[in-house]
Amino acid sequence: MTRRQLMFALPAAATLAAAGGFYAMLSGMRRGSFDPRGVPSALIGRPVPSFELGPLPNWNKPGLSSRDILEAASLRPVLVNFWASWCVPCLVEHPQLMKLAAEGVPVFGINYHTGTQTDPGATAWLRRHGDPFARIGIDLTGRVAVDWGVYGVPETYVIDRRGIIRWRMAGPITPEIDAEQLRPLLRSLA
Amino acid sequence: MIPELGHFALVLALLLAGVQSILPLVGAAQGERRGALLMATGPSAAIGQMLFVALSFFCLMWSYAVSDFSVANVYQNSHSLKPMLYKLTGTWGNHEGSMVLWVLILALCSGAVAGFGQNLPATLRARVLAVLGMIAFGFLLFTLLTSNPFERIWPVPEDGRDLNPLLQDPGLAFHPPFLYLGYVGTAVAFAFACAALIEGRVDAAWGRWVRPWTLAAWCALTLGIGLGSWWAYYELGWGGFWFWDPVENASLMPWLLATALLHSAIVVEKREALKVWTILLAILTFSLSLLGTFLVRSGVLNSVHAFANDPKRGVFILMLLAVAVGGSLILFAWRAPALEPKGLFAPISREGSLVLNNLLLATSCAVVFVGTLYPLFADLLFGAKITVGPPFFNATVFPLFVPLLVAMGVGPLLPWKRADLWAALARLKLAALVVLAFAVVWIAAVDRRLLPALGFALALWLVLAAATDFADRVRLGRVPLAESFARARGLPRGIVGGIVAHAAVGICLAGIAGKGIAPERITLMRPGDVTTVGPHTLRFDGKADIVGPNWRGTEGRLTLLRDGREVAVLTPERRFYPVQRMSTTEASIRTSGLADLYAVIGETSEDGATVVRLHWNPLAPWIWVGTVLMALGGLISLSDRRLRVGAPARRRREALAPLAAAE
Amino acid sequence: MRARAASLLLLGAVLAGGPASAIVDPREMLPDPAQEARAREIGRELRCLVCQNQSIDDSNAGLARDLRRIVRERVAAGDTNEQVIAFITERYGDYVRLTPPLKASTIALWASPVVALAAGLFAVAAFYRRRRALVPPPELTEEERARLARLQAE
Repeated sequence: MTRRQLMFALPAAATLAAAGGFYAMLSGMRRGSFDPRGVPSALIGRPVPSFELGPLPNWNKPGLSSRDILEAASLRPVLVNFWASWCVPCLVEHPQLMKLAAEGVPVFGINYHTGTQTDPGATAWLRRHGDPFARIGIDLTGRVAVDWGVYGVPETYVIDRRGIIRWRMAGPITPEIDAEQLRPLLRSLA
Repeated sequence: MIPELGHFALVLALLLAGVQSILPLVGAAQGERRGALLMATGPSAAIGQMLFVALSFFCLMWSYAVSDFSVANVYQNSHSLKPMLYKLTGTWGNHEGSMVLWVLILALCSGAVAGFGQNLPATLRARVLAVLGMIAFGFLLFTLLTSNPFERIWPVPEDGRDLNPLLQDPGLAFHPPFLYLGYVGTAVAFAFACAALIEGRVDAAWGRWVRPWTLAAWCALTLGIGLGSWWAYYELGWGGFWFWDPVENASLMPWLLATALLHSAIVVEKREALKVWTILLAILTFSLSLLGTFLVRSGVLNSVHAFANDPKRGVFILMLLAVAVGGSLILFAWRAPALEPKGLFAPISREGSLVLNNLLLATSCAVVFVGTLYPLFADLLFGAKITVGPPFFNATVFPLFVPLLVAMGVGPLLPWKRADLWAALARLKLAALVVLAFAVVWIAAVDRRLLPALGFALALWLVLAAATDFADRVRLGRVPLAESFARARGLPRGIVGGIVAHAAVGICLAGIAGKGIAPERITLMRPGDVTTVGPHTLRFDGKADIVGPNWRGTEGRLTLLRDGREVAVLTPERRFYPVQRMSTTEASIRTSGLADLYAVIGETSEDGATVVRLHWNPLAPWIWVGTVLMALGGLISLSDRRLRVGAPARRRREALAPLAAAE
Repeated sequence: MRARAASLLLLGAVLAGGPASAIVDPREMLPDPAQEARAREIGRELRCLVCQNQSIDDSNAGLARDLRRIVRERVAAGDTNEQVIAFITERYGDYVRLTPPLKASTIALWASPVVALAAGLFAVAAFYRRRRALVPPPELTEEERARLARLQAE
C-alpha cells in the first residue's frame, strides 16, 4: 500500500477503532464495569480524615470521632455509613446493614446534612426501622461529609485494620453487592 | 385503530426504503438508458416512503392530541391537563416519538430530492436516493424493533404521567424539529458525496448541486441551535446560554463542518479543486450528526440532555453508525484517490481564504470533538474520571475563532485565483481604522476588560467589512447613486446572502460580548425595597400565589421605576408541577431590543426577605437576532436562481472551465 | 422504567431535588467584594457533582451550597485560588474540576488543539506545494501572440 492509499484509509480506520471503543463502553455498561455516571472516591488508599461529631440528640448512642473508628478498626475492618431519614435508598440498604451489625461487623453511622436539608426525622426513622450503628455522629454542617468526599446518600466506606479507606459504595448496598463485593472484601481484610 | 394504522404505515415505509436502497442503485449501474426504468423507481419509492412516514407521524400526533392513554408512549409522556400545544409537541419530547420525527425528516429529504432534483442527471439522483434509502431503512428498522411508539398497554390508565415541565415551553417545544431538519438534512450532502464516489466523478456541477441542500440544512441547524440556546437563556434562570454540554457540542460539531462544507463546495464549483476534502467533509458532517444521535440515546454520555439509557438500543445505533460512517469512509478510501484536482489558485486569493476558513473551522470542530469524547475514552482506557468543562473549551476554541473572524472580513473582498492582499486591505482601511478607534475609546472610557472589548471590536469589524464588500460591489460613491441602486438590485442573491450572513455573525458576536460586561445584582428584598442594576431601578412589591393548568406556584412582582414613575412590572415565578413532582423557575425578561432586564426570585426566609437576582444584559437580544439573520442570509442565498436553474448540464467538452458568472 | 428515563430531557439542579434555578443566596456572599469575586471565579471552576455538567456557582443543590460556603471560608482564611481548588480536589478527585489538570492522562487532551492545528497547517502547506508542481504554462509573449493570431487566421 502506498503512503497515499494509507492516508485515504485513515478516516475509515479511525472510525472503526472508535466504534470498537464505543462498543467496549456499551458492553462495560451492561456488565457494570463501565459507569459513565459514577464518581470514584478520591480517598481510596488514604487514611480516615480526622473529625469529631456529637451524638444524635434524644437517642441513646454515643457520638463518633475518627479515633473511635481507628480504635475499632485495629481489631477488624469496619464500615462507615452516611445516611439520612429522607433518603429512600438508605431504607433499601437498611436490612443489609442490620444483618452486618448482627454478625458483629462494626457499622458506624454519620447522619448527613447538606446546606438545604436538615434531618429532624432521624430518631423516628431509627426507632421505626432499627439501629444498626455502633455509634452515630451528627454532621450538622455537612463539613465532615465534604472531608470524606461524600456527594449524596447513602455512601458506605470500608476501613481496614490500618485505618486506610479501602472501598466506597455510592448508593444502596443491595443484597447482590453485599454478597459479591462487600463480604469477600471484609473477609480478605480480616 | 389509529395507532395500528401508524404502526403499519411505518412498516410499509420500511419496505419502500428497502426498495429505494436497491433498485435505483442497480439501475444506475446499468447506465442511463438500460437502467432508466429501475432508476425511476427511486423517486416513486422515496415519495411513497415520505407519505407513509408522514402518515405514521400524524397517527402518533393524533394519539397525543386526543390523549389516547392506551398507547404506552402517550401514557408515559402526556397528561390530560396539559395544554394542547404541548400535547402536540410532546410527540417528539421523548425517545420513541423523536425517532419517528427523525425518520420523517429523512423521508422528507428523500422526497425533496425526488421532487426538486429534476435538474440532476438520472444516475446521480438514483444513487443519492439509494444512499438516503439505506439510511432510512436502518433507522426505520431501529425504530420498529427497539423504539416502537405505537405499543399499547392494557388496562388503559386513567391519566398519563405528564411531560417534564421544562419541555412545556414554546422554545423547547420547537427546538427539536429545527434541529433535526439540520442534523438529518446533512444526510443529503452525505448521499451526494457517496453517490459521487460511486460514480467516480466530482466536478463543478456536483459542487453546484450539493450546495443548496447543504445550505438548507445549515439554515435549519443554525435556527435549531439558536432556539435551544435561547430557551436555556430564559428558562434556566441565570442568563447563561451556552454551557459546552456534550449534547450541545454534538449539535455544534456538525454545524461547524457544515459551515466549512458550504464554503469548500464553492471552491469545487469554481476551480474543481478541494474535491477530496469536500467529499470527506460531506461524509464527516453527517457522521457527526449520527454520532450525536448515538451519544444522546445510548447512555454513555453523562448529560442532562441524554435520553434513554439503554445499552441495547445503543448497540443497535452503534451498528448503524459503523455501517454508515465506516462504509462511506471505506468507499472514500477506495474511490477518492482517483479524484484529481483540476484548477489552480494562489494561497492568497478568494479560494485561499476559503481554505483558511476550512482549516480553522475543521480545527475548532476537532478540538470540540476531542474535548467532548475525551472523558469517555479516558475512563475506558485509563479508568481516569475527568471533566472537560467550559473553561477548557473557551480557552481552546476562542483563539481559533479570532483569526477566523478577522479573515471573514477580508476574504470576500479578495478576487479569485490570485489576489493582491494589500489592495484588498487598502479597501478595508476605513473599516479597520474605525474598529481600532472604537477599541481604544472603549477600553479607555467604557470598560477595561479585554475579552469583551475584543468581541465588540471583532463584531464591528465584521459588520463594517460586510458593508465595505457591499459598497464595493455597487460601486458606492464612485458612480451615481441610481446606478448603485441598480447594481444592488442586480447583485446575485448568493452574494447578498453571504454579506447578510457574515454581518449577522458580527451582530451575534456583539450580543455575546455584551454578556461579558453584563452587571448583576443578587440581593435580599422585602416588599417596598428598591434596588438598581445597570441603569435601571426596581422596587420589589411582594409575592402572590398563582395557579396554572397543571402547576401551582408563586409570582414575585418587581416594578421598574424611571424618574419615579412606574414604567413596567416584571413577574418572575417559581412553579411546582405536582404530577412530575418537579419545580421550575420562570425568569421574567423585559427586552428593549437593545438590552434585556432579567429577573429571577429565589426563596423567602422566615423574616420575609426574598432572594432576588437581577441581570442587565446589554445587546443580549442581538445574539438571537444575529442567529436568525444568519439563517435569513442562508435563505436569501438559497433563493438564488442560479442554484436551481443554472445548474450546468454536464458538458461533453469538459476541457472548458465552467463559465461562472463574473463576481 | 426506560421510558421514564426517556422523558428526562432537562437540565441540572432540578434532578437534585431542589428548586430549579440557581440563586446564589446573598447571605452566602463574603463582605469583601474582591474576595467574593474570587469566590465566584473559583466556583465557576468547580463541578456540581449531583447535577449534570454545571458548576457549583450555577446550581442550587445542597452539596453545591456547602461547597460554595467552604470555598468562601477558605478564601476568607487567605488561601489562594489554586489552594482552594486543591482543597476540594483532594476530597473529590479531578472529576470536580471543570478544567482538567495537566497530567499524564490528560496530555493528549491539552495537546490536541495544537496537534490539530499543526496537522491542518501541514496539510494545507503540502496541498499548496503539490499544486505548485503543476506549473501553469508560461504566458505567451507579444511575438508569440501575434504568430498565433496569424496561424488562426489561416
